Amino acid sequence: MASPVMITREIDARGSYCPGPLMELIRGLKSALEGEVIAVISSDPGSKTDIPLWVQKSGNELIEIESLDGGAARFIVRKHVRK
Amino acid sequence: MFGHTAQDKQQQLAPLPAPAEATPPATANRLAIVLFSGTIDKLMSASIMATGAAAMGMDVEIFLTNWGALAFRRGDYTSNTRVSADYADYRGTLLEQMAAKKVTSWMENLEGAKEIGNVHITACSHTMTLFDLQLSDLEPIVDEVIGVAAFIEGARDSAMTLYI
Repeated sequence: MASPVMITREIDARGSYCPGPLMELIRGLKSALEGEVIAVISSDPGSKTDIPLWVQKSGNELIEIESLDGGAARFIVRKHVRK
Repeated sequence: MFGHTAQDKQQQLAPLPAPAEATPPATANRLAIVLFSGTIDKLMSASIMATGAAAMGMDVEIFLTNWGALAFRRGDYTSNTRVSADYADYRGTLLEQMAAKKVTSWMENLEGAKEIGNVHITACSHTMTLFDLQLSDLEPIVDEVIGVAAFIEGARDSAMTLYI
């Protein structure tokens, strides 16, 4: 069994509107160390399209999207490691 | 009829030769926005588009003209509750919902876009002269005053251009 992912920081961006949660994720990853894992919780439906697209484009890694009650979702993202 | 023959028409419709210096293909990874409006519904749209483009790694070039430039006068945004006349019916609802849901202001969106990306905001010299404004009269988020040709030159090969 894979070891559980260690989340360094969780940002609750519920109640923030597009593109707010994405901005929170970008800021969070900017201040994170390479390889660290950040979670962002969003209640904005746009995050379901925007966050995976941004993560892919920016070369980071989307580990998981968990659905939460009330239509919110938790996006777990690992900051890329520069080679 | 009217002295035209089928052959004349053919000649009229023949494609023009390409100019020696053709416009470069619109491929630069840049979003150019002409921000003409100074009402918060449109300022909000422009700020969200700019933020999305900056997040997706595009350069953003915003050119403020007319009411768009006036909306950037120092301090003006803190009291700007103007909404496009076309959508005046929705003004009350918009202001009410924005306050109730604590939506970030368009100025905060632009500050965020600048923080994460390459966002360049310029003001139109024509508008500045018309309203006796200096760069120092505008919010510090505005980088410089430029002429229209400079904006066009920077925007001509942009992948996207919006007029808001």
